[in-house]
Amino acid sequence: MAEKFKVRMRELDPSERVNSFEEVALGYTKEEAIAEAKRCLQCKHKPCVSGCPVGIDIPGFIKALREDDIEKSTRILKDANNLPAICGRVCPQEKQCELACVVGKIPGSEPVAIGRLERFVADQNISLETAVKPSVNKRVAVIGAGPAGLTAAADLAKEGFSVTVFEAFHTAGGVLVYGIPEFRLPKEIVAKEVEFVKSLGVEFRFNQIIGRTIPFEEIKNEYDAVFIGIGAGAPRFMGIPGSNHNNIFSSSEYLTRTNLMKAYLFPLYDTPVKIKDRVAVIGAGNVTMDAARTVKRLGAKEVHVVYRRSEEEMPARIEEYHHAVEEGIIFHWLTLPVEYIGDINNNVTGMKCVKMTLGEPDDSGRRRPIQIEGSEFVMEVDMVIEAIGQTPNAILKAGFPAVRLNKWGSIDADEASGRVDEGIYAGGDIVTGSATVIEAMGAGKRSARAIKSYLLRKG
Amino acid sequence: MYAVLSKKRIAPDTYDIWLSHPDIYRYAKPGQFLIIRIDEFGERIPLTIASAEKDRVRVIVKAVGKSTYKLCAMNEGESVSDIVGPLGNPSEIEKLGTVCVVGGGVGIAPLFPVARALKAAGNEVIGILGAANKDHLIMVDEFRPFLDRLYLSTDDGSAGIKGTVTNPLKEVIADYSPVTIWAIGPMVMMKFVSLLASQNDIPCWVSLNPIMVDGTGMCGACRAEVGGEMKFACVHGPEFDGRLVNWDELIKRQYQYREEERVALEKYVRELGEKDG
Repeated sequence: MAEKFKVRMRELDPSERVNSFEEVALGYTKEEAIAEAKRCLQCKHKPCVSGCPVGIDIPGFIKALREDDIEKSTRILKDANNLPAICGRVCPQEKQCELACVVGKIPGSEPVAIGRLERFVADQNISLETAVKPSVNKRVAVIGAGPAGLTAAADLAKEGFSVTVFEAFHTAGGVLVYGIPEFRLPKEIVAKEVEFVKSLGVEFRFNQIIGRTIPFEEIKNEYDAVFIGIGAGAPRFMGIPGSNHNNIFSSSEYLTRTNLMKAYLFPLYDTPVKIKDRVAVIGAGNVTMDAARTVKRLGAKEVHVVYRRSEEEMPARIEEYHHAVEEGIIFHWLTLPVEYIGDINNNVTGMKCVKMTLGEPDDSGRRRPIQIEGSEFVMEVDMVIEAIGQTPNAILKAGFPAVRLNKWGSIDADEASGRVDEGIYAGGDIVTGSATVIEAMGAGKRSARAIKSYLLRKG
Repeated sequence: MYAVLSKKRIAPDTYDIWLSHPDIYRYAKPGQFLIIRIDEFGERIPLTIASAEKDRVRVIVKAVGKSTYKLCAMNEGESVSDIVGPLGNPSEIEKLGTVCVVGGGVGIAPLFPVARALKAAGNEVIGILGAANKDHLIMVDEFRPFLDRLYLSTDDGSAGIKGTVTNPLKEVIADYSPVTIWAIGPMVMMKFVSLLASQNDIPCWVSLNPIMVDGTGMCGACRAEVGGEMKFACVHGPEFDGRLVNWDELIKRQYQYREEERVALEKYVRELGEKDG
């Protein structure tokens, strides 16, 4: 009988990590990885694979690992997933492959730690070269170097297409570099996986905002096909009175300053970020946890997460929530801010909040939060980060006139292929709204497949 | 990498810089801006495009903080790592009749392409250029060919009319009834020009330059209340009708990083001193 529980992954101690941006989860040693790999039952029907948005041959890579053939294991991973070291760290495996794992169905057993094994294998051979098919005389433009774009670009390059990625920032990775903090996903790992994509022959053009710095029409005319993976873009604000007071930030701003612009190293790096004593972070998703843990590391004395629903409806990964709790983040459930209060200089000094209760389920299937009358109170804070999601970027409408949008302002693309129009494909958050890294990668993969057959058909 | 092609001091702490860029000139229109990141450590600095020609782009920079000091200290042949642009929406240039353009301090530079385009569109263009004193009045001769009338003002009276730009503006409104005003300069100046425009019921475009990070609509740092709504200067602007802007709020937002800016500048100056010493 196999071990009931996953081999534990070592972590930095909470007391140590709250002052540091070092990666929290330390990964397996080889012995630990092989021991964990041995828990896999090597099921013939592979239910775990159907739980993976990019369809990794999970039993296959685990088998190779078990046999200590790490190169083979890496090749199996990279065959389906161009960015496995990233996915091994940020995928919600508990809702995907590991949810389907047969071991996890045994009463009292945990599923195989597929994510941790993926991370271990990927880290060993991060720069492993991969063969590329003979070149095909077709050019593909990929707009956005985030998870969706990098995946589409790498898959198309492997097929021999000539691929150019246009990226708005000075570096590749999208949300992997501006959004997800260093302590959860070291930027060095992202850089190495991007190097792998480059090694396939993908060309990167940075500082290009298609629709602004180059018209979309020009890209469309110059390339045989275009993949749009520009992300969800614009921050959502609650829009309550006082939203423009000082020291109120979107999570996108706070995290972009800290991660992409490296404000956690200010003044070595020039971009500053605000650090205050009592900080409220609004929301309860993964980005909320990232923002809360970031501001705590930067030196906030108290960090309060404020969410209008209850712990049960929290969208964040349970692991991230636990990390946040361990690090001393304070949670306020069923609480909704309704107004910001400021001083004479417009610096925020507090939030007027109301308490909520849960009613009948709403469209999302979660119980609808309802205000409790007369429950108003003021929470004293000197900084607020709103982490309540994103909407499509304003450039989209003006800059991509040929692209059809749906009623949410996202790109209206075919679900299976990402097809928008002849030769135009889209995927990731710009189609689905805020989702996960791996879902965006899955979309990039499906579009790459569709683009390949479109271009070969077109001849 | 984008090379500094030329650099000229045109006023105290103010430099006229041409940088190499392969394609900004193909798309840049009056009113748009770019973002420069000097090096690996640099922040993203939004600057209005003063002009753009084949393979080069021009910015006028006043050294006020560490990043602008660093940029102004660069010499011909040195390079910046990143330039992104053009960004923002172009000015709405059309033939309107008599218009008035008002520039204050280093804001005179971004006003220049607007004035030139307004003239080219067939308008009668009245210019008011103001600064603290005559040394800070920049680009006056460059403006002349595109202006039908020119008023100068300085706070100390060392050139033109003594006082702020609103003094000549009152005259212009009374004498020539401009149908639209453009005002670019310090926020306080834009606030008072907008107030005057509002009192006289004249549309007044201002170019907002709030604190920005990405400049692509991603972060909301540059948000301002305009007409009761939350707008992002980078993607909804940078030009807005100044009569609708909540100036007092925006001016307070502008001071948010004052302390951090001081720390960064002091460290920079100290390091420069150590290098020289």
